[in-house]
Amino acid sequence: MLKMTPDANLIIYLKKILMKLIPAQLILETGEVFYGQAPASQDGNYFGEVVFNTGMVGYVESLTDPSYAGQILSFTYPLIGNYGVSAPSTWESTKCHVSGVVMSELAPFYSSYSAELSLADWLQQQKIPCIMGVDTRALAKRLRTQGVIPGAITPVNYTPSKFENFSDTDWVKKVSVKEPIMYGSGEKLVIAIDCGMKENIIRCLLEYPIRVKRVPYNYDFTNEDFDAVFISNGPGDPIHCQETIAILKKAMAKKKPTFGICLGTQLMALAVGAKTYKLSFGHRSHNQPCMDLQTERCYLTSQNHSYAVDETTLPKDWRVNFRNLNDQSVEGIEHKELPFFSVQFHPEAASGPMDTTWLFQKFYDLMNT
Amino acid sequence: MQFTGKKILILGSGGLRIGQAGEFDYSGSQAIKALKEAGIKTVLVNPNIATVQTDELMADEVYLQPLNPEIVTRIIEKEKPDGILLGFGGQTALNLGLTLEQNGVFAKHQVMVLGTSTASIRQTEDRELFKQALERIGIKSPQSVCVTTVEDALQAAEKIGYPIMMRAGFSLGGLGSGKVTSAKELTKRAKESLAIVPQVLVEEYLLGWKEYEYEIVRDCAGSALTICNMENLDPMGVHTGESIVVAPAQTLNNREHQHLRNMALQVAHLFKIVGECNIQFAINPTNGDYRAIEVNARLSRSSALASKATGYPLAFVAAKLALGFKLHEIKNSVTQKTCAFFEPALDYIVVKIPRWDTHKLKAADRSIGSEMKSVGEVMSIGRSFPESLQKAVGMLNIGASCLSDYPHKIENPCFEIENPTDRRLFALYQFFMEDGTTEEAHRLSKIDPWFLSHIWQIAQVEKQITKKKIATDLLRLAKQTGFSDKALGLLTQQSEKTIREQRLAANIVPYVKQIDTLAGECAAQTNYLYMSYHAMEHDISASEERPQLVLGSGPYAIGSSVEFDWCAVNTLRTLRKLNKKAILINSNPETVSTDYDESDRLYFEQLSFERVQDIADFENAFGIVVSVGGQIANNLAIPLAEAGYHLLGTPAEAIDKAENREKFSALLNQLDIDQPEWVRVTSLENAKEFASQVGYPVLIRPSYILSGSAMNVAHDDESLEQYLQQAAAVSLEHPVVMSKFILDGKELEVDGVANQGRIVIEAITEHIENAGVHSGDATLVIPPQRLYLETIRRTKKITSQIAAALNITGPFNIQFIAKNNNIQVIECNLRASRSFPFVSKATNHNFIAIATEVMMDEYKFARYETLELDYVGVKAPQFSYNRLKGADPVAHVEMASTGEVACLGENLHDAYWRAWLSTEQTVAGKRILVSIADAHKHKVLPYLRELEEKGWEIYSTGGTHSYLSQNGVGSYFVNKASEKIEPNIRTVIANRKVDLIINIPTNRSSADSKTDGFIIRRTAIDHHIPLITNIQSAQIILPCLIEFIDKDLPVYSWREIVSRH
Repeated sequence: MLKMTPDANLIIYLKKILMKLIPAQLILETGEVFYGQAPASQDGNYFGEVVFNTGMVGYVESLTDPSYAGQILSFTYPLIGNYGVSAPSTWESTKCHVSGVVMSELAPFYSSYSAELSLADWLQQQKIPCIMGVDTRALAKRLRTQGVIPGAITPVNYTPSKFENFSDTDWVKKVSVKEPIMYGSGEKLVIAIDCGMKENIIRCLLEYPIRVKRVPYNYDFTNEDFDAVFISNGPGDPIHCQETIAILKKAMAKKKPTFGICLGTQLMALAVGAKTYKLSFGHRSHNQPCMDLQTERCYLTSQNHSYAVDETTLPKDWRVNFRNLNDQSVEGIEHKELPFFSVQFHPEAASGPMDTTWLFQKFYDLMNT
Repeated sequence: MQFTGKKILILGSGGLRIGQAGEFDYSGSQAIKALKEAGIKTVLVNPNIATVQTDELMADEVYLQPLNPEIVTRIIEKEKPDGILLGFGGQTALNLGLTLEQNGVFAKHQVMVLGTSTASIRQTEDRELFKQALERIGIKSPQSVCVTTVEDALQAAEKIGYPIMMRAGFSLGGLGSGKVTSAKELTKRAKESLAIVPQVLVEEYLLGWKEYEYEIVRDCAGSALTICNMENLDPMGVHTGESIVVAPAQTLNNREHQHLRNMALQVAHLFKIVGECNIQFAINPTNGDYRAIEVNARLSRSSALASKATGYPLAFVAAKLALGFKLHEIKNSVTQKTCAFFEPALDYIVVKIPRWDTHKLKAADRSIGSEMKSVGEVMSIGRSFPESLQKAVGMLNIGASCLSDYPHKIENPCFEIENPTDRRLFALYQFFMEDGTTEEAHRLSKIDPWFLSHIWQIAQVEKQITKKKIATDLLRLAKQTGFSDKALGLLTQQSEKTIREQRLAANIVPYVKQIDTLAGECAAQTNYLYMSYHAMEHDISASEERPQLVLGSGPYAIGSSVEFDWCAVNTLRTLRKLNKKAILINSNPETVSTDYDESDRLYFEQLSFERVQDIADFENAFGIVVSVGGQIANNLAIPLAEAGYHLLGTPAEAIDKAENREKFSALLNQLDIDQPEWVRVTSLENAKEFASQVGYPVLIRPSYILSGSAMNVAHDDESLEQYLQQAAAVSLEHPVVMSKFILDGKELEVDGVANQGRIVIEAITEHIENAGVHSGDATLVIPPQRLYLETIRRTKKITSQIAAALNITGPFNIQFIAKNNNIQVIECNLRASRSFPFVSKATNHNFIAIATEVMMDEYKFARYETLELDYVGVKAPQFSYNRLKGADPVAHVEMASTGEVACLGENLHDAYWRAWLSTEQTVAGKRILVSIADAHKHKVLPYLRELEEKGWEIYSTGGTHSYLSQNGVGSYFVNKASEKIEPNIRTVIANRKVDLIINIPTNRSSADSKTDGFIIRRTAIDHHIPLITNIQSAQIILPCLIEFIDKDLPVYSWREIVSRH
């Protein structure tokens, strides 16, 4: 059962065997260069917004998370790929969405009963560029002081003349489903607006006896019958999602239970007239501490966002209900009377701690009251 | 539920022993700091005088007293604490607390048990209750049956099917637990265990399952976290304490990790943990199935490791939680910006390797399994598994600087891979060097292929290093893979220095990285550091002011224990008091010195010549303190000085002069100081010649060895020959020295500090046991009670002469032997000795603080009284023989104790009795068994007579029985074990018909496991019956029995005693 073929493994110092490595670099718009190695087959220049994640597990979930679309993801944990890559049914979408991967060590060996192939093979299959041998702690320190920066994985001694601006692209449009999809069975029907929705959200919703209609980000469902609305996570600047915001405004007028996650929070805030802003460096880790302000219980949450809600712009009938204990930023908002609530973190986890999955129960309970 | 009281009692863990080592000094010290910060008065009970927690500036009151219910009850009556902490002193404190609670002591005196409730602790400790509780929340634990009789055990095993796992409840470090393959074996093992504990568990055997551990904190409001998870390299079957452990877990994917984490939190909620606990899981590698193995509702060795591995101060936080603080109300002391409610993110990998000393104990078995045998551990930090693993190997101080240069060839590596021993890792490496495959290694060991592949990979790197010159790329790779300069030198037939020069020229240097608990996500004010070759930049720059480097102790081992951590901590504290920048280097996670608030910068690094140079170069260190960390640090003195580094204190030439036999001997001759006759042995012939010239017995010992490794006494040509072979095998680099062994000599020691050759302070201690017992195993008395004034005067004079001749500046220790008023010098160490904390606390003068001031040239003259004291201090050794099956429990020239305790008392007997009780001894009734060699019988007769008069039952074997009868002392006759007829000594001991055993062997008794004496001693240990094997000890313990049994001992704190003076 154990998957391991030591003699055919990717071993960095036996360059010739499986993946020939060539010197490569990660270059930031600021001109800073981080050297490493890349597979020889990788000869182009690959651009993206460079972000880092401090999770120690969950690389498959992160790489398939549509919220990372357009970004070059750097892992601060130095050993990535130890347990290989498991079946697509465990992923967060059907493919890798990142523009590139930065690692200290791409595992030369992996071991897990659930692994189907190595991370190195998978990245090649998915045509995802990568760079390894990088001091990803040094990179994280750069990013934490300068904020997320456009960058590129390129061969050494290459200086791109221009970096794309991540915020200019409407990433949601790229990653949302194209046609509605139905899931589950039950009395209640939940509309799930897919702005780049992670599969685990669907899995969590389907733990309850409900039907879920997953709709594209610009699909106007407001003339259809529905019992509740869910707004998903997704990549990029929420300000690009004007179509979604307009639909959401109409939907919320019906006062049906509405629940959002991550980008969904920002869209809900924008729909009720509040403002959002870009954090100097986003929250991307599995260990973000949040407090439920009503109960003072603390929860550890998984997060992946660059934008946040400006609480001073929230309408009077709304309140902040979760707050980040590290930087006091808004992690959740709710309407004081109506069944609207949303969290900036990921209660569906994958990857990360599952301490707040009870929020799905809360959503389900609201549908039934 | 905020605690509103003012005073809290903390129970410590006593002397260091296998299964319970220095980690509880760390946890207790952090608890005291946390309580003080909250403005609460602290009272500590712990007889371990060598700990930092028993220092003057720690708890408000310290009781150096036995940790038994009677004494602690009296302390509670006297101190009237409002609350008590049971979770910071290991299993000792926990069990003691449960007993006190059961006796109603807490209820009677209104003492609140803080943190997790005793009801919950009982549930986690009692396996059956634990299993039932987990079942209620749907968490699987191993199939098991709890039994109280051998018959039931056999029946349960039939049902589950052999092999089974036998576990004893309420045990520390898995004592009495193990794999049992047959009914015959089970009968024997169950009987042994049931003699000690009321119940044993017969369990499903999970051979080869992977093992994980989660460390959990939870507050009284129910917020909970898992601070760290760890994966054992050795799968189930090897105790966690015996396993190589990595943090974080390496082969769990997100789903598996979150599943285990969720269960860990569920369990913490179930038991309403307030504070810290840990949980172990076993995972089936083929399908991910799991079992929850056990929960420890207290700080443990694993939590100390987790704390050091993550930078999260678990014990400090746990103490705050016990007071009723919530996690988000406690500050993250590493970042100073965030709160304690978070789970650390690591951007490095930590490897722990246990340190064993089984080879030092005659006849002790090298195999490892489900019982603890290791005496200490090292922890390394790196950014790849090979780097961390090899760094850890170099920290062990067992003669290997990395995997490549392990000095012993293993005869049959496959056997040791399949049947784990203390050197399985080296067996694996040798196997891969000899072209073994990872598949085969996995088949034999069940170790996860991920680990095996990396060890295999290290071997592949070594195989490439064949040429005399090493290319730059390969050198960089080798350094990233963790090879030492020394090993690379050996492989390429170059010196360590040449390799170092080559790599510095190629700019291949390790980079300094911070441990900030957040993987660099936020800027943190952390001084907790390590070095890695997988990096491109330093996280920090060198200290602004040129710092002083203090070398710590490295792993705890027999001969190097918590006392050297005490020395390091006190050096650091003094340096900082003198406004010096103090940097500590240490590799031992069970320490207080590696708490990041104890130094300006902490390098969790190897104490190797290579790494100390790397750090000294990077920091542009002003000076290096080599004299407070024991022998590992001391051994670096000469190489560091030769490489041009500035040593603080006594210069390297003087250290060499004291440690080099010829030079030291010449010096003594020159000073006209007597010494035992000795010779350096080059052949068996000249050894025999020397022996016949001075007469047997002779002492054989290698030089430069701290714990007397391979020291032996030969009584004839045959044993001489045998021991010489052993000594040569242990020490290839250093030759063997033989000296005349003086019978019936008294040993004394001087611990002191000198300043440029002039004595600043000195303390004379006297050994209870005559020469022949290693000084580390001896019972020490201060001030000396039975020395002639003349002896004291001459000892002082010799000490002054040596100090002046060696121009000592700093700490030193000299050992003497006195016989018939004739004094000889045995050895001299120009470093702090293991008795420094003892003499410091017994005299109330901090010898290390004084030594540090001297070394920094900041010493201000003062007078100290160390001889005329109004009380007596006794330091007693703590042995761990019950952990070491097959070892002969007789103190010998080779050190065997794993720790020590000390008590201060009114007089010698009072102090001795308390110290002896403090080594986990209790005399439950008035029944004594005596079996005494002829030469000593008359020495104990008067005491036995008096005991008989006081109503004691005396049991005795053949010779002793007739001797007592002849002298009118009645005793019950028992047959020797070899006689195999009842009443037999084996049955008497096995059925616990006696409460104390005195077995004095002849001087020449061998370690032959067939002798009657050995069987008595071993059975006594295996059945937890107090055992005395030394005649001088017997001559004190017997009057103590007469004087103290049936009497209540008064209690007084350390402060109360020393302030008498």
